[in-house]
Amino acid sequence: MFEYAPAPESRDIVDIRPSYGLFINGEWVDPLGEGRDKTVNPASEEVLAEVAVAGEADVDRAVQAARKAFAVWSAMPGSERAKYIFRIARIIQERARELAVLESLDNGKPIRESRDVDLPLVAAHFFYYAGWADKLSYAGFGPSPQPLGVAGQVIPWNFPLLMLAWKIAPALACGNTVVLKPAETTPLTALAFAEICRQADLPPGVVNIVTGAGETGAALVAHPDVDKVAFTGSTEVGRLIARSVAGSRKKLTLELGGKAANIVFEDAALDQAVEGIVNGIFFNQGHVCCAGSRLLVQESVAEELLDALKRRLSTLRLGDPLDKNTDIGAINSAAQLAKIRELSEAGEAEGAERWSPACPIPDKGFWFPPTIFTGVAQSHRIAREEIFGPVLSVLTFRTPAEAVEKANNTPYGLSAGVWTEKGSLMLWMASRLRAGVVWSNTFNKFDPTSPFGGYKESGYGREGGRHGLEAYLAV
Amino acid sequence: MSTTTTPFAEVAASTSTLRAFLHGLPGVDRVGADARAAMLGTRSIKTTAKRQAIDLAIRMVDLTTLEGADTVGKVRAMCAKAIHPDPTDPSVPAVAAVCVYPDLVATAVQALKGSGVKVASVATAFPSGRSSLEVKVADTELAVAAGASEIDMVIDRGAFLSGDYLTVYEQIAAVKGACGSAHLKVILETGELATYDNVRRASWLAMIAGADFIKTSTGKVSPAATLPVTLVMLEAVRDFLRTAGRKVGVKPAGGIRTTKDAIKYLVLVNETAGPDWLDPDWFRLGASSLLNDLLMQRQKMASGRYAGPDYFTLD
Repeated sequence: MFEYAPAPESRDIVDIRPSYGLFINGEWVDPLGEGRDKTVNPASEEVLAEVAVAGEADVDRAVQAARKAFAVWSAMPGSERAKYIFRIARIIQERARELAVLESLDNGKPIRESRDVDLPLVAAHFFYYAGWADKLSYAGFGPSPQPLGVAGQVIPWNFPLLMLAWKIAPALACGNTVVLKPAETTPLTALAFAEICRQADLPPGVVNIVTGAGETGAALVAHPDVDKVAFTGSTEVGRLIARSVAGSRKKLTLELGGKAANIVFEDAALDQAVEGIVNGIFFNQGHVCCAGSRLLVQESVAEELLDALKRRLSTLRLGDPLDKNTDIGAINSAAQLAKIRELSEAGEAEGAERWSPACPIPDKGFWFPPTIFTGVAQSHRIAREEIFGPVLSVLTFRTPAEAVEKANNTPYGLSAGVWTEKGSLMLWMASRLRAGVVWSNTFNKFDPTSPFGGYKESGYGREGGRHGLEAYLAV
Repeated sequence: MSTTTTPFAEVAASTSTLRAFLHGLPGVDRVGADARAAMLGTRSIKTTAKRQAIDLAIRMVDLTTLEGADTVGKVRAMCAKAIHPDPTDPSVPAVAAVCVYPDLVATAVQALKGSGVKVASVATAFPSGRSSLEVKVADTELAVAAGASEIDMVIDRGAFLSGDYLTVYEQIAAVKGACGSAHLKVILETGELATYDNVRRASWLAMIAGADFIKTSTGKVSPAATLPVTLVMLEAVRDFLRTAGRKVGVKPAGGIRTTKDAIKYLVLVNETAGPDWLDPDWFRLGASSLLNDLLMQRQKMASGRYAGPDYFTLD
């Protein structure tokens, strides 16, 4: 009756080069090897650009450049470093629209999210840590905390530019220099960030960007002259990195997977809980480590809540990520789509009931409809393994104690959500949930001032806030 | 009390049963409701969708004048505009209704005869509602006798906020009785209700007492209609249809001045109560200056240029 006409954000604003080299010592350089990779738009499978694959020798060049720059950057007064970081933050704000379009093209996330969530948070992170650069003596880490040196940082494809900001902003504020490897499926905003570093006149070598896949990351992590390793990604790769770094002097922070419980009590504000569940698992196609992928709902409201949730899901708009009215974009890669499919099929095979709204799927590209599984048991794979896609497993509980038991019964411990109008119950739950973040009556809320990180197999170390400084200081 | 829909007869038996029912409704989280309304406000309605939305919005307008200084001449002029909002373009649809004070109903009825545009009248000691039930009923009967087909009543906010739900219920039911075949819109005056929980409770109270429409505001209190308040009311009518099997309309009124605002409300309806409510029978926009902006945008969509404000009549 009221069909929204297509409202695409113009992609003319971005200028993607046919091919990219590596950003080392403030210059674009060709890789020493022959390795080249292509990055595609997951919504159309169109090749966006050719990207260099950095080998060990390239990583070595980048680390050497960072080592050289460390002498300059770490000796600079904090107030001077802050000027550069503030400048970067302002340039990001000025170029926010361009970066948002680029992020949506390369990652497949809806422009509404890259525009309204990712980019504002990216700028906020740089602004926040710029403010710390000249106040480190008052951060609670002693009178004159020192930087570590060269940070090797490996980031995932789900929030490419935001994860870059989480890594680079605190590192630079504390006086470290960095070599960063973006994910192989989403390198373009990191490469655009390299341009921003030049635009901001950042001294050469302070930020180096090397592209490539797992081998490049492994070379960076294993490089003997790296002092600090920061990784966000899967628990599987996190384990490899921990093993590779073990026994060295390298300081390590890991932000890994999750299987968060979003717990809805019978007294919750129902309509807002439904929004929170949707935001918890369908935000960014569920490609979120802290996604609320397990819905635990009190049995007395389970039916009502599920009806409301299904009704709400049928209003979700899946399609062109650049359309300003799109709610669900494309799955980032064919490999990820295969993984989501495999786990969903396992869910059906194990006896859970699968439901998706009627939802037309585009012909080209990688897509998965929003999906709910009901009748899920704790032992099902879909209740235990991280799916990293728009798939929600629904379980019920009777008592708060049972909710806590089920929520904590996972090897992960990154986040949790509690929906209740009762303050005492909320605090009771929060003190028992083994999760780095507990959201109450909201979900997937991020702020640079707030520390973020996990328990158990969700990793260690904290990013964001004052706590996030510790990972980049010799303390 | 003959108008009570049967499933709620027990609920309305006493103040305590009403209270137990209304306070048993799920709460509304203000932060979450505001965020949802703001998100829906970012929907981008362009080209064909915008054209469709503008015409729909025009058909939903309750063109309103509620001033002490209203005259017979002003009401006649407004009625002429209601029938042909843009005299230069016959493809512009008529608005849904005109809304006036009871003493001007007869004038409006005469001016709108045969046009299909309905006449709504405020009643029940509008805008404050501070009078006796007898006066409120008489006010309603006066407007209905003069030919009003829709009555916009105000609730007794003092009674509602003090927890005297039964008084509010009985007044609405009595006014509904006095309406006869006229449709009853119940104005909650959400700007005075303080919380979204109260908006939800007042919405349910009005619906179980027999309201055909629930309306946000008189336009005399600030804030008047807002997106989150309308969201909460749309959720209420959606849930009421499911539980009681009766469909109730929603009318935000006051403060809706631009096409952009109006379209945000249509998006809200579309994605909350659903497309079934996207009809002048089930959704109205109480406004006056909004109409000219809709006409201006409509002309711009057709010609590619904006005409100056002097090309649209001020009535």
